[in-house]
Amino acid sequence: MENYYIFKIILVVALFVVSLVVAMYSTFAERKISALMQDRLGPNRAGPFGLLQPLADGIKMFMKEEIIPNVSNKTLFILGPCLAMTTALMAGVLIPWGGKIELWGETFNLQVADLNIGVLYIFGVTSLGVYGIMIGGWASNNKYSLMGAIRASAQMISYEIAMGLAIIALIMSTGTMSLGEIAAQQDAGLANIVYQPLGFLIFLICAFAELNRAPFDMPESESELIGGYHTEYSSMKLGLFLFAEYINMFISSAVIVTFYFGGYNFPFQNEINEALGLSTNMATALGTIVMFGKIFFFIFFFMWIRWTLPRFRYDQLMRLGWKSLIPLAILNILITGVVMWMNGKLN
Amino acid sequence: MTQYVFYFLSFLAILSALMVVFSKNPIHSVLYLVLTFFAIAGHYLLLNAQFLAIVHIVVYAGAIMVLFLYVLMLLNLNVDAEPVKKNWVKFAGVLSGGLLMLTLVATFHKAETMPLIQDNPEIGVTANLGKILFGEFALPFEISSVLLLSAMIGAIMLSKKEVKK
Repeated sequence: MENYYIFKIILVVALFVVSLVVAMYSTFAERKISALMQDRLGPNRAGPFGLLQPLADGIKMFMKEEIIPNVSNKTLFILGPCLAMTTALMAGVLIPWGGKIELWGETFNLQVADLNIGVLYIFGVTSLGVYGIMIGGWASNNKYSLMGAIRASAQMISYEIAMGLAIIALIMSTGTMSLGEIAAQQDAGLANIVYQPLGFLIFLICAFAELNRAPFDMPESESELIGGYHTEYSSMKLGLFLFAEYINMFISSAVIVTFYFGGYNFPFQNEINEALGLSTNMATALGTIVMFGKIFFFIFFFMWIRWTLPRFRYDQLMRLGWKSLIPLAILNILITGVVMWMNGKLN
Repeated sequence: MTQYVFYFLSFLAILSALMVVFSKNPIHSVLYLVLTFFAIAGHYLLLNAQFLAIVHIVVYAGAIMVLFLYVLMLLNLNVDAEPVKKNWVKFAGVLSGGLLMLTLVATFHKAETMPLIQDNPEIGVTANLGKILFGEFALPFEISSVLLLSAMIGAIMLSKKEVKK
């Protein structure tokens, strides 16, 4: 039992560090990828290939002067970025980062907590994420910030519904709400994307909207709202908002991979592991590496879309959410139900 | 251990519920209400009702309170803009509130306290809850869903612009 707690604490700390490092290098990757798309070089001054750029950015963020506007609500102004960061870090504990691992003669799962309401927990945490933006935007006492906050909340509410409906179809086909089980089910058979292609598409679009990423970055659209909800923020408070976005991107990529792309599983894994003669721990490590490969692909995908598509107009965004995605998601539930009924799985 | 958690959550719930009423700023009231919902969700968890706890957070804290905040931010209420109520309105409010409290205290004072009996500690698990809702309580469940549906249609009808002939 003691070993169990030690293992979990190590895992939590490792998860925290990995989230921060991935978020740090996502900022770098974003700038490099945008440079690639726009035929520029991107950051290349700090260190080889500009690899130390995130470090330099971090130091810059910490050293900058911190300004709290006079007329703003000070407590809530500080609470905003803290909440954004906290909610961003909360979802990672449920994701199965790999299979079983053998340590000190015991077997552990490479997952901090496997709740039997895991899917709902993830859903809840994403819906709480908007509080940081709303509180920060309102407490800034700035009309642009307020506009950003209001847009964020309306957008969140609208796309949450479609996301929830897409998840319902997934729960129907997997029959469980635990993320560990969803990942484990995909080990031998096909990944869930085969059974839920429409659900995946809806989930992906909603993930873009919930992350406030372009083309859904209405809350901070810099060409009309200056910086949206973080207009008044400076120094590391701004840094926390931006960092929270990148951590959210990392975690939601991990969620997409777990839900629809087999998590830490990969095709012919048992055959490959047997052919290479890997021990349990090595096989788990291989699975984790594969999972991170998939996650990095999705982070790249998020950036790819951001630097390719223009931003939506607000009415287009609302129309897409309410009039296209929600009916499609309901249709998806219906189709899933009919297919399950024809296969005799509805008992 | 569970008992201390219970006391902590109860303290948190009551304190933040009081702060909802006493806060001058409506935005603070809403945020304290969110905190109250979290404390109540904690109570559900103590009662092994995980599904209820998480749905409570998703629906109330995640959706309804966000809409409350949305509206309040648009209205931008503050102390100056709020109309000052007449004295007799305040007096009537205090009187009816006091009466309600008296009734509640009298009721709970007389009420028998029964120990919480859980035949099945797994009752709050989603699968079991679903089986009960769609089996034993299928009719009330369906009726309440029809009620929600009619409320939804009503809201859409009210917000729809009238077509000019």
